[in-house]
Amino acid sequence: MQVIRPEEVLREYYPPLTDHEALVEANRCLYCYDAPCTHACPTHIDIPKFIKKIATENPVGSARTILEANLMGATCARVCPVQELCEGACVLNAEEKPIMIGRLQRYATDYVYERGIDVFKAGPPTGKKVAVVGAGPAGLTCAGELAKLGHSVTVFERRSLPGGLSTYGIIVLREPVGVALAEVEMVKRLGVEVKTELELGRNLSFEELRAQYDAVFLGVGLGAVPALGIPGEELIVDGLGYIEASKMDPQKLEVGREVVVIGAGNTAVDCATVAKRLGAERVTMVYRRTEAEMTAYPHEYAFAKNEGIEFRFLTQPVEVLSENGQVKGLRCVRMELGAPDASGRPAPLPVPGSEFVLPADQVVKAIGQEKPSLARLLGLETEKGYIKVNEHLETSLPGVYAGGDCVRARGSASTVMAVEDGKLAAFAIHRRLAPSVGMAADD
Amino acid sequence: MADLRINFAGIKSPNPFWLASAPPTNSGAQIHKAFEAGWGGAVWKTIGAPVLNVSNRYGAWHYGGQKMLAINNVELISDRPLEVNLQEIRDVKRNWPDRAVIVSAMVESNPEAWREIILKIEDTGADGIELNYGCPHGMSERGMGSAVGQVPEYCQQITRWVMDVAKIPVIVKLTPNVASVVPPARAAIAAGANALSLINTINSIVAVDLDTLEITPNIGGKGGHGGYAGPAVKPIALNMLSSLGTDEIVRNSGLPISGMGGISTWKDAAEFLLLGASSLQVCTAVMHYGYRIIEDLCDGLSNWMDSKGFRTIDEVVGKSLHRISDFNDFDLSFRAVARIDTDKCIKCNLCYIACNDTAHQCIDLVDAGGNLVQPYAYDVRSNGKNEALSSRPQPQVREEDCVGCRLCYNVCPVEDCIEMVEVPSGRAPVTWRQLTQTRTEVTTDWEAMKAYREEVGIEIH
Repeated sequence: MQVIRPEEVLREYYPPLTDHEALVEANRCLYCYDAPCTHACPTHIDIPKFIKKIATENPVGSARTILEANLMGATCARVCPVQELCEGACVLNAEEKPIMIGRLQRYATDYVYERGIDVFKAGPPTGKKVAVVGAGPAGLTCAGELAKLGHSVTVFERRSLPGGLSTYGIIVLREPVGVALAEVEMVKRLGVEVKTELELGRNLSFEELRAQYDAVFLGVGLGAVPALGIPGEELIVDGLGYIEASKMDPQKLEVGREVVVIGAGNTAVDCATVAKRLGAERVTMVYRRTEAEMTAYPHEYAFAKNEGIEFRFLTQPVEVLSENGQVKGLRCVRMELGAPDASGRPAPLPVPGSEFVLPADQVVKAIGQEKPSLARLLGLETEKGYIKVNEHLETSLPGVYAGGDCVRARGSASTVMAVEDGKLAAFAIHRRLAPSVGMAADD
Repeated sequence: MADLRINFAGIKSPNPFWLASAPPTNSGAQIHKAFEAGWGGAVWKTIGAPVLNVSNRYGAWHYGGQKMLAINNVELISDRPLEVNLQEIRDVKRNWPDRAVIVSAMVESNPEAWREIILKIEDTGADGIELNYGCPHGMSERGMGSAVGQVPEYCQQITRWVMDVAKIPVIVKLTPNVASVVPPARAAIAAGANALSLINTINSIVAVDLDTLEITPNIGGKGGHGGYAGPAVKPIALNMLSSLGTDEIVRNSGLPISGMGGISTWKDAAEFLLLGASSLQVCTAVMHYGYRIIEDLCDGLSNWMDSKGFRTIDEVVGKSLHRISDFNDFDLSFRAVARIDTDKCIKCNLCYIACNDTAHQCIDLVDAGGNLVQPYAYDVRSNGKNEALSSRPQPQVREEDCVGCRLCYNVCPVEDCIEMVEVPSGRAPVTWRQLTQTRTEVTTDWEAMKAYREEVGIEIH
């Protein structure tokens, strides 16, 4: 029997660019002015500038250019849907193939992290204190930007490791844990204190934070994977937990022989990929709409198909079948598309009498995450269930800001959007605090 | 199929491409291989005075990920024994009667030394002799090479010694390390030379190592000036070539010119021919890629000649020389403006920034409705490829303000996207020379210039 070594089958998919590859690719960049890639990047990294710096063999300066706009540049280099963002906007799409912006960004940021080079230092102390709740991309970015401006920042994280979804929720094929933790360490070296295993509503008091700090930023992310509400649901494996196990302790992750993944977003693709790579003979993704409506990016869908993952569209699970607590299959019903529903997409409707059973010994669900439950607990106004913020990322409570997935009432949740929120919130907090310490507030 | 054969001062070869006197022509074995690949001729690496060479003798200039846009060297003339060279020359010529075998020579500056070397070369059966008055390193310090080429009197004197002895064609190779190549060329003509060739390499320091602070290449902790050659020097060579072709004395002498200096492709070759070269020498491109490039040099040149209706090399030689002029005779009323093909434009905005930062500020960015927009005007919350691409403005030339400087045309990365369109200026043709002669005050006094501009309608923004 073939021995599967998780560290081999799950290792980062793209190898790093060699110096030569990076140089050749960087020199292919036209160095556009007011470049569309920069516009398309939610954090508006000056992409032609950082690429030019790779071309001139100034990788430290290149990393600085990246990290000035996006403190989580090493994570974003790996997890960003570049086909929809920078690379999708590259002018070379018209003539040849776009510049490999993501991989060049990884080249430059890896360069400084591998050598322990810090491109920023903490600003002169302002005496102001800011609490950041949640050590994910939004919180870490906000904390780091505030520390660069001289504010004293403490980050409170409910999990045992900081990094949020970068640490726990993105498969190693796309981002190894070490990359996320290196970014945490960089933020800590800016003077940010990170306290883990502290959670609002459990062992951390919101009122005390508000009383003890000059401002609070909430980057708390979203909740658990919601319930499907079908019989046998207790036998379904949580997709985020599945990915987390694949990163933290892959030897112990139990993977079925015939795995069905419910959902068709990027997390679902990641779950299916993990299952397939860790030895599942057959991995099937089931989705109640069609491939036109699936939320996984086209390149993720193509990746999944290439991995040998199968798809059952217009298929809705109705019951997990089991014997003695062991999953035996997933009863499904075929669907057809009807009139548009509230989301504007055609509503899937069950086809009467079309039930069938998909054989399975493991069922994983990755159908999004629940809205942040903290909003109501903290007495914050909400918008569509998300924390409501104004254009400065400030919540309904003065001095309390929020960003990242927990405010994503519009647009799709992504790391890079969270980073931009964290950055803009930091600037807004700075503008709020700067006058009282006699600093110019223009950032 | 165009006829590529040439007869250069009596030296015949099946195509105009000769290997220049340099490392690629260091030995008989190499030249056999080159002739097998199809080279029309070879100028043997300079033989003459005894020398010793050093390691790390070649440096190079790389740019933009492209290797060896130029090479720099401190290699001297042949360090192989004279008798070995002479024997191999004889052998090569006997095996390749249809190819041009020219021998480059350089000896001490006395008539006996030159007489001796010329006789030895002629004894091999070689087709011609090239006098190396160009080497700018090592030999020049010993009073040879460019030390001769830089002083027309020396050039004339030594050429005279050679011409008194030589029975086969003699080519004088000129150094570019002068203010003008015309005086040394005239000196060679006055001494009775049969042909000219140019350019030899240009004095250069190619780089400094930023780790060690040593000179590149590092020769035992030291470095020094070396000869610069390769694609980067082509424009300099073309200018020097045309300066000979437009000099009355050189032109009237009827001496053929062998052109070299950065020839890498058949296109370069065609340009040298059009500016008056009637044989072509190649070195750096061969040092980069090997003898095999001869196939495309001939094939590309032949195809181009066919497409243009040129049947022989002679029909091409000098065809563009009559267009070489100078600023005094340019028509000041000639006007062209840049026009951007919006279908081809990929909106990289390189034209926009070049024009606005460094040229004449006449390219605007306009939105889909034709309204002027500023760069970086998008909302900071806007992102994604669709928003970036759908809102991307289009660079547009304000033709009434365009001075036709052609910078945008040069920076545009898309083929045929920006066109320089000739437009009527509404002014009668006039040259600076004519103005100097007929309206002297306009060329010497700003007030008169102002009045003249108003008179003819020239507006400077």
